[in-house]
Amino acid sequence: MSIIQIEHLSKTFDSKENQVHALNDVSLSIEEGEIFGVIGLSGAGKSTLVRCLNLLEVPTSGTVTIGGKNLLELSKEELRRERQSIGMIFQHFNLLMQRNVLDNVCFPMEIAGISKKTARKKALEYLRTVGLEEKAKAYPVQLSGGQKQRVAIARVLASNPGIILCDEATSALDPQTTRTILELLKKINKEYGITIVLITHEMRVVEEICDRVAVLYHGHLEEIGSVQEVFGNPKTRAAKSLILARQSEQLEEEINREVEYGNV
Amino acid sequence: MRDLGIDVLFKGSNMLRLLEGLWVSMRISLISVVISMVLGLLVGALMTRKSKVVKWFTRIYLEIVRVMPQMVLLFIVFFGTTRVFGWNIEAEKAAIIVFSFWGTAEMADLVRGALISIPVHQYESAAALGMTELQTYVHVIIPQTLRRLIPLSINLVTRMIKTTSLVMLIGVVEVLKVGQQIIEANRTSSPNAAFGVYATVFLLYFIACWPISMLSRYLERKWC
Repeated sequence: MSIIQIEHLSKTFDSKENQVHALNDVSLSIEEGEIFGVIGLSGAGKSTLVRCLNLLEVPTSGTVTIGGKNLLELSKEELRRERQSIGMIFQHFNLLMQRNVLDNVCFPMEIAGISKKTARKKALEYLRTVGLEEKAKAYPVQLSGGQKQRVAIARVLASNPGIILCDEATSALDPQTTRTILELLKKINKEYGITIVLITHEMRVVEEICDRVAVLYHGHLEEIGSVQEVFGNPKTRAAKSLILARQSEQLEEEINREVEYGNV
Repeated sequence: MRDLGIDVLFKGSNMLRLLEGLWVSMRISLISVVISMVLGLLVGALMTRKSKVVKWFTRIYLEIVRVMPQMVLLFIVFFGTTRVFGWNIEAEKAAIIVFSFWGTAEMADLVRGALISIPVHQYESAAALGMTELQTYVHVIIPQTLRRLIPLSINLVTRMIKTTSLVMLIGVVEVLKVGQQIIEANRTSSPNAAFGVYATVFLLYFIACWPISMLSRYLERKWC
């Protein structure tokens, strides 16, 4: 049984003038322990999709089943507990600015009612995992973007999740930092066996770490399969246009490199 | 140089009277500030509600306060109500009512602004961590809101203190009125008193408002 199962998921936003169909009859399943990518251009509905996985957005229709539990049938309290086992990291890190790194990581454990002493011990362990133990006493403002995201990852680990959702987690970071964060996610996936769902508009992110990928286009699921399958042999226009965008990006990178070396 | 007219301050109990006047100003403004802050927080939180009725009422309230000069409000509450409703409100109470009415509206608008400036992803990440609504407000939203509110509300507080000088127009003898009385009483003996007395009044306002500015700077530095 898949750890995440989405069936006929639709989400419509009503605005004054019109309706926006952010998701349109999307069905897919994600296996335990895999790194699953969702890719699409902005407005494709990927953010909405990932927010439906922990019900930050309540779908208009369809079901979301996680670990055999239909989230839509849970009470408020049960949902809250379920959310603690579904970690989420964001583009903007969202650390508590008035607390230092260690306290930020301790925070979800405090909420879950774990004693302060145990929480601290565990927090230090998670900070070691993300390679930031020497920054335990620092405040978020003193950290770089990549370091902040590491703290956010340590904080997610602290709630001992089975799944981590990454909402454009590397989009605010430069390519080098992105790579190190992706490495870290890969490590977490291996060491803790955590399933990772990652949404992004950048193909290189998917190429780098995903096992399987889904391509969203205007709220429709266009293609789903292994990364080699989808990117090696794209069947839909949406996938093809993403690959074209990636190629021009690579070209640009190459030119930049040449310029840097003074060859141009 | 001609004399600065400071000598009148040392005649009789003039300086003491000025300080008593200052106390009246401070009393009116501080009571109004406390009422405004508390009610402003509540009304401000109300203003972010989605209900159309609430929005409509708070909107009208805010617009009234915005367009109406405080002096007109003072006159309505102090003189107007006496004739129409037969209420006999003491001048100082009328002043407190008007300043609280004004301060609450402005404070509420500041609170509303600070609350809606907290990005949605802050609420989302709190929910994603499995926090209850109360925990979200206590640990995430309120600390950030307060930090944004400090410079804005301190500005409002000092404005409220300064604007209390208007209350002399409804007969409250506060620091400015005492100053005028001293100048009038000494018109022949020290005609230059206007300079010395008003300069002193200026200094007194400065002494009252400056610590508040300092406090604001301290809090901003400490919390950022």
